[in-house]
Amino acid sequence: MSTALSPAPFDAARFADFLRLHHLPACMEANSPDAYWAALTWEQREDTGLDPETLAARYAEFLTLDRQPGAEMALHSLDVLRGRDKSGNPERYDLRFAPGDVVCLVGPTGAGKSRLLADIECLAQRDTPTGRQVLINGEPPGDSERFSGESGLVAQISQNMNFVIDLPVGEFLHMHAESRALTDPAPVVDQVLHAAVAMAGEPFDADTQVTQLSGGQSRALMIADAAFLSPKPVVLIDEIENAGVDRRAALDLFVRKGKIVLLSTHDPLLALSGSRRLVIRHGAVQDVITPGPDEQAMIARLVEIDARLADLRARLRNGERISGFPA
Amino acid sequence: MRLVTVAGPPSSGKTSLIVRTLLALRDDGLRVGVVKFDCLSTQDAAVFDRHDIPALVGISSGFCPDHYFISNIEDCAAWGERLGLDLLVTESAGLCNRCAPHIRGFLAVCVLDALSGVNTPRKVGPMLKTADLVVITKGDIVSQAEREVFAFRVRQVNPRARILFVNGITGQGAWEAARIWRSAPEDGVLQGGRLRFSVPTAVCSYCLGETRIGSDHQHGTVRKIPIPS
Ligand SMILES: Nc1nc2c(ncn2[C@@H]2O[C@H](COP(=O)(O)OP(=O)(O)O)[C@@H](O)[C@H]2O)c(=O)[nH]1
Ligand SMILES: [Mg+2]
Ligand SMILES: [Zn+2]
Ligand SMILES: [Zn+2]
Repeated sequence: MSTALSPAPFDAARFADFLRLHHLPACMEANSPDAYWAALTWEQREDTGLDPETLAARYAEFLTLDRQPGAEMALHSLDVLRGRDKSGNPERYDLRFAPGDVVCLVGPTGAGKSRLLADIECLAQRDTPTGRQVLINGEPPGDSERFSGESGLVAQISQNMNFVIDLPVGEFLHMHAESRALTDPAPVVDQVLHAAVAMAGEPFDADTQVTQLSGGQSRALMIADAAFLSPKPVVLIDEIENAGVDRRAALDLFVRKGKIVLLSTHDPLLALSGSRRLVIRHGAVQDVITPGPDEQAMIARLVEIDARLADLRARLRNGERISGFPA
Repeated sequence: MRLVTVAGPPSSGKTSLIVRTLLALRDDGLRVGVVKFDCLSTQDAAVFDRHDIPALVGISSGFCPDHYFISNIEDCAAWGERLGLDLLVTESAGLCNRCAPHIRGFLAVCVLDALSGVNTPRKVGPMLKTADLVVITKGDIVSQAEREVFAFRVRQVNPRARILFVNGITGQGAWEAARIWRSAPEDGVLQGGRLRFSVPTAVCSYCLGETRIGSDHQHGTVRKIPIPS
């Protein structure tokens, strides 16, 4: 068994990757950073702008990446302890979120939804303008958790977001999986693709270019990707368009994957589907509503209306003439 | 006084980030200012002016902007001291991919734009690799997956840096940037200090004013493209 302290043997392939990423000349023979430096010409050394110590240090840092492959954080509970509203009055609620929670945020623009999200994102410790405190698994996060690497807990999906990369869907998902250093990305990529296609109204496959996807298809892909491939335990969704995505399937997927979902929406079906509804006003959570039997009964009715609208859309797409509501 | 060097490709969101972050710091009672370095001209001064942030502008014209930066940074810092600033930020255009304005002992920030694509972190030189803080802007308009891949690729070339997503328009994330800037090293000594990355010494006849083309006119350090025969 190897101990953590024994130096790893020199890995020529990793070293070659390192050289490529740092735009340094390739060298097949060198079996250590020092040997590599020795093999460079004077002109090449000048070009690198480095010295042998810096080069060795950079390579050592590069190797540490292998040991922290975008690890998923084990989050059992997330608390947001009350702060104050825009006038400085105390907030009335402490919030606790657990994996699988779908919490809807309602309130007008500028009411303080982004502020709440920002507090979660930076793991506020009574040091942000709202005075809220965030606890992770019941405890305040340490400074290293707050201020090192890329610590954010929250994946975000909003209506303004687009894919800008020009790749087929399959390659794109593999690229994302690669950044997670997954040992066997293929099955996950398949799952994402299946889930996305099942959610989207119109079919697409691994060879479709991501930039060619329709609005509904790309939203479905973003949702499935965030559920299966993002390491972030919290997902913030800013409204899901009601055209082209099965919104309830999207929520179910996140619940199944144990994400905490914060859904900023005024869509009746979605807003009533959450396990709780936070009413945000004047910079604070003013009310927490748990849907009662009345509201729950409405969901079935809304699902039915939604299905009818979807059916109408499909028939219009097919070029049919419409006479009256579908049965 | 604290000195923070900010560099990044043109239009990556440097000015937006600096304004948002400085406003947050000013709310906390800090006196803040900017030195803007650019090559040809800049509209940034007007932006800083609009927010009442004192700004000094340096135009490098025919000079490598980073060489120009290095030869002027001491005087600029003295200007900031005279104004009684608590924190001075330099903004450089990041137009030279071989040089970087980052100095040992001072907080070094690189700004990249998520919209420019996930290959960007692999194309940017020492201003990224030697930074302490990498700020990624325009995350509001690209997918979560692309943001994650982008951040991963930044980590690949600079595992030490803190990575932060900031929206240059709404200022989301700027509070955290402010918090990091506020704990930047204080009162570092520039005189006799060292750059984090050496700048090239190469000088060719064209650097010295030669305009004629052809090997007869090429002296000093001359480098040729390797062309397969
Ligand atoms: N959507 C979006 N636009 C941004 C963001 N940050 C900056 N911009 C815009 O990008 C453009 C260039 O920004 P600027 O700060 O001038 O970039 P600089 O050249 O690096 O100083 C401006 O139009 C900004 O409004 C951001 O986070 N999101
Ligand atoms: Mg600018
Ligand atoms: Zn240069
Ligand atoms: Zn020259």
